[in-house]
Formats: sequence, structure tokens, C-alpha cells
Amino acid sequence: MDFNYLSAIIFLPIVGAALIAFVPGLTRNWIRGIAFLFTFVAFALAIAVFAQFDRSATGIQFEELVSWIPAINANYHLGVDGLSLPLVVLTAFLGFMVVLISWKEELRVREYFAWLLLLEASILGVFTSLDLLLFFIFWEIEVIPMYFLIAVWGAGRKEYSSIKYVLYTLFGSAFMLTGILTVYFTTGSLNIVELAEKGVASYASAIPAAAMFFLLLIGFAVKLPVFPLHTWLPDAHTDAPTAGSVMLAGSLIKMGGYGIIRIVVSFFPEVAREFSPLLVTLAVISIIYGAAVTLRQTDLKRLIAYSSVSHMGMVLLGVFAFSEISLTGAALQMVSHGLLTGLLFAMAGFTMHSAHERDLRKMGGLARQMPVATVVFSIAGLGSLGLPMTSGFVAEFVTFTGSFSSGAFDGIKPLVIISAISVVLAAGYILWMLQRVFYGPPQEALHHAHDADKLEKVYMFAFIILIILVGVYPAFLTDIIKMGIAPLI
Amino acid sequence: MPNELFWFIFLLPVISFGIISVFIKPFVSNNSKLPGYITILAIAGSFALSVWALTAVFAAPEHIVEIPKIEWLVIGDFEFSVSMIMDSLTAVMLLAVTFVSLMVQIYSLAYLHKDATTVDTGFPRYYAWMSLFTASMLGLVLAGSLLMMFIFWELVGLCSYLLIGFWFHKPSAADAAKKAFIVTRLGDFGFLAAILLIFSQTGTFDTMELREMAIAGTLAGSVLTWAAIGIFSGAAGKSAQFPLHVWLPDAMEGPTPVSALIHSATMVSAGVFLVARTLPLFEHSTQALQTVAVIGGFTAIFAASMGLVMHDIKRVLAYSTISQLGLMMLGLAAGGVAVGIFHLFTHAFFKSLLFLGAGSVSHASGGTFDMRKMGGLRKYMPWTFTTFLIGSLSLAGIWPLSGFWSKDEILAKALENQPIVFVLAIITVFMTAFYMFRAVFVTFGGEFRGGEQSAHDSHGGGHGEHNGHPHESPGLMVVPMILLAVLAIIAGFWNVTGEFGAFMGHGETEGTFIGNLFGIFTHSALPLLSLVIALAGIFLAYAIYSAKWLSAEKLGSSMKAFYTLLSNKYYFDKLYEDIIVRKVLLGWIFGIFQKFDTNLVDGTVNGAATGTGRTGGVMRKWETGQLQLYGLFMAIGVLAIIIALFIFG
Repeated sequence: MDFNYLSAIIFLPIVGAALIAFVPGLTRNWIRGIAFLFTFVAFALAIAVFAQFDRSATGIQFEELVSWIPAINANYHLGVDGLSLPLVVLTAFLGFMVVLISWKEELRVREYFAWLLLLEASILGVFTSLDLLLFFIFWEIEVIPMYFLIAVWGAGRKEYSSIKYVLYTLFGSAFMLTGILTVYFTTGSLNIVELAEKGVASYASAIPAAAMFFLLLIGFAVKLPVFPLHTWLPDAHTDAPTAGSVMLAGSLIKMGGYGIIRIVVSFFPEVAREFSPLLVTLAVISIIYGAAVTLRQTDLKRLIAYSSVSHMGMVLLGVFAFSEISLTGAALQMVSHGLLTGLLFAMAGFTMHSAHERDLRKMGGLARQMPVATVVFSIAGLGSLGLPMTSGFVAEFVTFTGSFSSGAFDGIKPLVIISAISVVLAAGYILWMLQRVFYGPPQEALHHAHDADKLEKVYMFAFIILIILVGVYPAFLTDIIKMGIAPLI
Repeated sequence: MPNELFWFIFLLPVISFGIISVFIKPFVSNNSKLPGYITILAIAGSFALSVWALTAVFAAPEHIVEIPKIEWLVIGDFEFSVSMIMDSLTAVMLLAVTFVSLMVQIYSLAYLHKDATTVDTGFPRYYAWMSLFTASMLGLVLAGSLLMMFIFWELVGLCSYLLIGFWFHKPSAADAAKKAFIVTRLGDFGFLAAILLIFSQTGTFDTMELREMAIAGTLAGSVLTWAAIGIFSGAAGKSAQFPLHVWLPDAMEGPTPVSALIHSATMVSAGVFLVARTLPLFEHSTQALQTVAVIGGFTAIFAASMGLVMHDIKRVLAYSTISQLGLMMLGLAAGGVAVGIFHLFTHAFFKSLLFLGAGSVSHASGGTFDMRKMGGLRKYMPWTFTTFLIGSLSLAGIWPLSGFWSKDEILAKALENQPIVFVLAIITVFMTAFYMFRAVFVTFGGEFRGGEQSAHDSHGGGHGEHNGHPHESPGLMVVPMILLAVLAIIAGFWNVTGEFGAFMGHGETEGTFIGNLFGIFTHSALPLLSLVIALAGIFLAYAIYSAKWLSAEKLGSSMKAFYTLLSNKYYFDKLYEDIIVRKVLLGWIFGIFQKFDTNLVDGTVNGAATGTGRTGGVMRKWETGQLQLYGLFMAIGVLAIIIALFIFG
């Protein structure tokens, strides 16, 4: 490989962030232009990787390996396979989209875009790292920009929510770091590919494999999130600025699901199978409980945030049902949820800014003032409730089918059927939300609301095209995902 | 012509939807009729192709035309292909769907009007959704696998949602749309579960393979029963069978042509079609087949009883639809595909005709659907009256109109196989004749009672400038009604000699057309009995509402408790919405979840944070900076470890 695509994809946003932060005298237009350019090129390169990816090969492609700290055997080691590539493309897409979404930001623009780009780079780093230390460093870097984005540009109880986010993440990271260290001291390796191939259990160890499994799992479970470690999510998503919510829900929480597949399950497949009943049960609780609590929300963003708890539970379900179909469904669900909830948050932010209102009980009739936004918001909502021809349906259906017929343990079938009730609950909260915001007679207090302008239509339709593309012809993604899943089966 | 062209039956309306929503909607005014013409053109094309498909199926051996599959999504054992079944069942459904849809699209051109409450006509939106609906319905009919059926099944539900809520500024319309979607989704949950169960058992979604497995007995036992019941729960949701019937009457909030197409002739019959398509699964499970028969028969009489007391003409028709769908289910369970689907086929024509008639009379009376405000319209609207009367006679099952033939077969088979349910069905026949002719006499008989006087706020599609001067509807509305009336008369003749049944694979043709047309009454007493019962229903309606020998008010007050029960729809809406959803689920269970989430789950997190803060405050006092003290703590710690090792080690 002559050109190091992955390094370029990660470092373009970092360079952009550095330029924005340190070049003196940049005007707002320059700042936005730099952000636009660097995230766009990163996205274009991600597409290029997607196009050149060999769909008939399992294993890592676009690998980059440079010795970094030889003393502890740590390397600068990047690469993508069928599991990580869709998430890299998703993140690069969202990273580019949030620049457009934030185009009208006026408060401390320089810092804002710098943090936004750094956030994108750190998430991309997580999805491409194949060295545990490098992975962990990117994982930790992400907390800083997110903290500032919520604390400075957020709304509501932003200080509370941002601190809660940081502490909760660090709480999980502490476990994860312990887990990584125990794995390292047991095996002497930080190479994710090698550890996954051999399995950590094959090394002699004083520490039981189950202990390492759970240490690593907790860190990722916080991020995913899994009941009962989910309460940071509604606060952080609700109080973050629009772009922050889009990155959080769209891309960042996928790090949890990705980590569980890439590290926890790959390193400890036997332990994972052993604890499958426990984790599938937690997944079903997340799905149903998350949906039930969503039905009680009256704040537009909080409602969408809680729905993520339910939808990300499906990722956990698919992973711990352990069939090729269910794991593919889980990986697809991450991409689908990224697009759908990313768009839902973008639309929620747009609607709130346009109507100056976020309390669902006080909204109504906005379809008159904002017809385009109504259509886009509705499509995102319908995707989220799993309507066919959108990505949401394919991902959920494949996950359910795979989990139901996986035979991972006795009693998984009734659990899957219970979790499928969420399709009814999702219809309830999504349609209620849409009705509350857009239908009914026009309201005097909301007359000032306006519809999307050209720029806003661009990002709205970009999301929709992808959502429907995945929904109608999912094979272009699943053919890649299958290759990433294959080594796990 | 290659058989792949049959895909265009489905693709033409998809293309029309795409053209309207992408290329036309952004550039034309909301009052432009261009989208209407495009939709009509596309559906006319589908209709022509459907006719061709019918002749091709007729000519094909076993009445099946093979169409190659297209592989679409493969993940391990999960194989999904785009496939089509083109058999006699599909061909008949295609014909009914495309014809009724075509008539409704033409009618809609004149029906939708700009007025004060709607702000605009919304032609592009209306026709885009109508195209999408027709496409989804045709996709459902053509689909070759359960998964593909489920996909179009859901899309049909979406279009229904969009069109019921077409006048979204009315809270009642938005509520009704949401209710329709959620209630049918409850049924779809069962359908989904059935698909999961079937896939895990057989590894396939292919409908034809599954039918063969059921017939061969490889798919059997409790799995088969549960799968069939799950499928039926989906069907019960879409076809508004008890206890999921509550959404259909409310769906009348949509524009009347939508009711004619979606909520009477096509979408709601999708449930009947689904059961017919998978009937071998039911036939090999006694419990499942019995469930369909009992639910169908019960729904028939249950819904008909509510139809007796409604004042809104569309609601009378809505309950009638639920009731007739129940009869179709009973027909499927008792007599097989040919019996159930034949009634679906004839019903599609006369029921859409009746709805279009209801739209026409509402059009003439200032936009109201309340029959008490109509009356005497026979004089002003001869065409509407005549066609409506034909539709009513056909629905009531009067010889020799189409409804007579299809209903007669259901009754005959029910008597043979389900004698108890037969009693329910025959009472339903009486009620049907009564409520339809109650509607006919109240709407068209007597003197005009003034229509909607206040500013037409109850209904967005009407126009109020004709108050007090009812008039016949324009030709674009009348012509489709006449064409449907012709079919309401003749559609039943298809099976006079058993031709339809033979096409569906049931029995052989026998006798001559003329011979059977009259001979039907000589073979057995049942056709005559059902005819007499229907006539009795009509006579009772005449006695009360036209001749006024009996007073409706007196009858109502003498059976007050019953009347209240019926006009409150047996309190099912109250039970579902107020008690189950609001009180038990949202208020109680989900409320507890939310309190649990805020107080216990999040409370623990916040408590841990506060606790850590306090502990830190206490700990700070120990951190004095004196090395001696730290040394003391270290010594204590080491000692503790040694003691621990000594005890546990």
C-alpha cells in the first residue's frame, strides 16, 4: 500500500483542528471552510477505502504497522476489516455532516470546530486501532472534546451532564484499563488481531478469564449503554448541542458495541458464550425497559435519547446470540442506528431552533410552517420504528431472525419474542412524537418557525438517501460485514 | 412477452410515486391535477397488465406462471430473494385492486376540493401516497415469500397511516392515523413472531415451499399451530377482526375515496388474502382453522350489531366492512380459498361503490356524513341513488346481484362445516340488510334536511357553498360509480357454474349458466332462506325509516341499555385507550419504570457521586502531610494483609 489511507483519514481532522485552533486571525468563514474541507476529504477517503475494499477476503486490510514503544511491544497499528469499515465510513460521514449542521454556530466558533474535529478523529482512531494501547488512548481522547462541547455549547443542565458524562466514562475506562493491563500481563501482547486469533484463554494466567472478560466488558457496556449503566446517556444527549448529540448517538456509542465485538467477544469467545444468557437478558431489559421509559418522555431530545437505549440493546442481543446472522444484524444495527438517530437528533435540533420550543406538550401544527422538515423527520422516525425500505427494518429484522434461530442457549426464543414487542412500543413513541410536533392545528406561539434552507436540505437528504439505500439494498453493507464477522463464528 | 414484465404491475405505480414526489411536488402548485393524471396513467397500465396476467394464468398449466427469483440478501443461512407468485389467487387479487384503484383515482380528481379548512387541495401529496399505496398493495399480492409480504404489509400500513391523517391539521384525523398504525402493528407483532418461528424451523421464507411443507407434514404440530395463529394475528390487525377491530371505524377520518380504496376494498382485505395465501398452514392445524372460523363469525355479527345504530354513513359502511371481512375469514376457514376470496372479490366492487356513493352524498350536503342531516337525496342525485341502491342490494345479498352468490357459498360451507358459527352468519345477513337499507331510506328517502349548515368544519373535503341545494356530483365522480355498479351486478356471475372455484382449484364447473342462475333455489333451501332473511331485514328498515310504522326513537328507548352499549361500541375504545393504554401501561407500569430509572438507577449513580465527594471530604482530614502518619497507615495496612494471609491462606 503506497498511500496510508487510514492514517490520512484519522489525521486530516486532527490537522484541521490544529489549524483552526492555532492559526491566528481566522475569520468565521475560514474556520468553517477549513472544517468543511478537512472533514470532506476524510469522508471522501473513507469512501475510497470502502470502494477498494476486497469483499471476498476476511481479515484485516489497509494495514499499517510501525513500531512505537518497543519496550512494551506497543505499535502504531491500524487496519480495517468488514466489522470496522462501515463504522469508519459512518463516522467520517457524520463528521462531515455535523460541520454542515453547525454551519450557523456563532458562539466561540474557533474552539467549537476544533473540538468537533478532534472528536471525529478520536472516534475514527478507535475504529481503526489494532493495538490495545493505541485503542485506549483514542478512547480516552474522545472524552475531552465531548466534555467541552456539552459544557460550553450545551443547554439545560449542561455542567451537570458534562461532568456526569466524564465521570461515568472514566469509571468505565478504569475497568477497561485494568482489563487491558491484565490481558497484557497475561499474554505479553497488545496486538488485537493476534489476541483475537489465539484467544486470551489459551495463555496460562493467574487471573480467571471471566474476570478479564468482565473488566473489559464494563467499560464498553457503559458506552453502549447497557441497563443499568445507561443513565448518563439521556442527560448527555439531551443537553449536548445538536452536533454533539449527532456525534454521540450516531457514532460515539457505537464504540461500545464495536469494542464488545472486536475485543471482549473476540478475546474470550468461550466466556462470552458461557455468559450469553445473562447478557441477552440484559439486552432484552434494555430494549423493553428503554422503550417503556421513552414512552413517558415529554422533552423532544430526551425522548430520542431514551429510544437509543432500546435500539442499542438490539446490538447487545445480536452479539450475544452468536450466530452469523445475529452478529451481522448487530453490526448493521450500529450503522443503521447511527444514520437514523443521527438524523433524528439533527432534526430535533433543527426543529427546536426553528420553533424555540422543545417541550412536546407545547408543540403542534408545525407541518404548516416546515413541510420539508416534516417529511425528513418523519422518514427518520419511521426508520427508527423499523419500517421496511429503511435501514432500521433490515437491521432489526436480521437481528431478530438471527437471534431467534441461533440456539445460543435454551430459552433465547421467548426472550427474542419479548424484545420484538419493542416494535409496537417504538411505533407508539415515534408516532406520538411526530403527531405532537407536526400535526394538529397551527399554533399561534409557533408562527415564527421556518423551514429548512438549501444547506439544511443538503444534509437532510444526504442522510435520507443513505437510510433508504441501506434499507432497499442492504447487501452492499452486509457483504462486507459478513467478512468481518466470519472469524468469530 | 417475457413474464418478467409482470413486475411492472407493481413498478408502474412505484414510478408514478417517484415522479410525483421527486420531480413534480416541488415544482407545481398544490392544486395541480398533473399528479392525478400520472397516477391514473400508471394504474391504468397496471390494470392492463393485470388483465393480461389473468389470461396468462388462465392458460397456464395448473394456473401457475413461473417467474425466476432474484437473489437479494444472503447472510449465511438467511437467504432472501425477490420472488413473485403468479397464480389464480394473485391474478384475481390484481384485477380487483387495480380496477378499484383506477376508479377511485378518477373519482378523486373531482372529489378533493380546496376550501377554508384544508388551505390547499394537496393533490401532489394525495396522489403520491395513493400511488405508493397501490404499489405496496400490488407488491403484497405478488410477493413470493413471507418476508416480502411482511415488507409490503408494513408499507401498506404506512400508506394507510398517511392517508387517514391526510388532513393532519385535524386532531381527530391525526389520532385516528396513529391509532390505525399502532393497533395494526400489534397484530403485525404476531406476524413477525410467526415469521421468526417459521424461519428457525424451516430455514426458508418462501411461501410456496412452506405450503408444500405444511401439506407434506414436515411443518406440523405446535410449531405449525403457533405459526398459523401468529399469521392470523397479523391478518386480524389489518382486516380489523375482533379484538383488533377498533381502528377501522376511526379510519373514516381520511378522505372518502381513501376509505373506498383502502379501508374497504383493498388494504383491509389484505388480511384475508394473507390467510388465503398461507391456508395450507391453517388447514393442517385444527386449532388454527377453528380460531379463524370463530373469530371471523363472531366479528361478522359483532360489527354488524354496531352498524345498526351509527348515524354517520361512513361508519355504517365501516362496520359493515368489518362484518363482511369476518364473513370472508369464515368462508376461508369453512370452505377454502375459493369461497373466501370470491366474497373478497365481489365485496371489493360493491363496497368501494358504496363508499364512493357516501362521498357523493356528502359532497351534495355540504360535507357532512351525518345521515340525519341528509334525506330526500333521491330526487337530486338519481345516479348516485341508483348506484348506491345497487351496491346496497348486492351487499344485502339479493339475487341475482354479485353479493348473493358469494355470500351464499359462505353460508352453505359454514352450515356444512361450522354449524354453530353458521347461526351467527345468518343473523348477520339480517342485520346487514337492515342497516344498509336504514342508510338508504334515511339518506335518500323523505325530505332533504338541510345538510351541513355551519361552516363545514367537520370535514375537510366538502364544500359548503351548495347548502340547501343538493345536486348530482360531476361526471368524473359518477362514471366510476356506474362502472363499479355494473361489476356489483355481474361479478357474481363468474361462479354461477363454479367457474371461479375451478380456477382456484376447487371442484369442477357444472351445469349451464342460465340453468344455475335460476336453479340455485331448487338444489337446497338455504339460498331461499338467506334471501328471505335479507328481504325481511330490508322490510324492517322500510317499516321503521320509510313507512314509519314503527318509531325508531321508541324502539331505541325501549331497548335503552342495549342501544347505549352499541352506540358506545361495547366500550372497547374506552377499555383500550383509557384503561389499558393510559392507566395501566403509561400511568402505572411505564410510570413505575420511569420512577425506578430516575430514583433508583440514576439515584444510585448520583448517590455514589455524592458519597464519593463526602468520603473525599472526610479523607482529606487524614491527609495531613505528616509522613509519620502515612507510615503508620502503611504499617497498619501491611499488618492487615499479613493477618489476612494468615487466616485465609
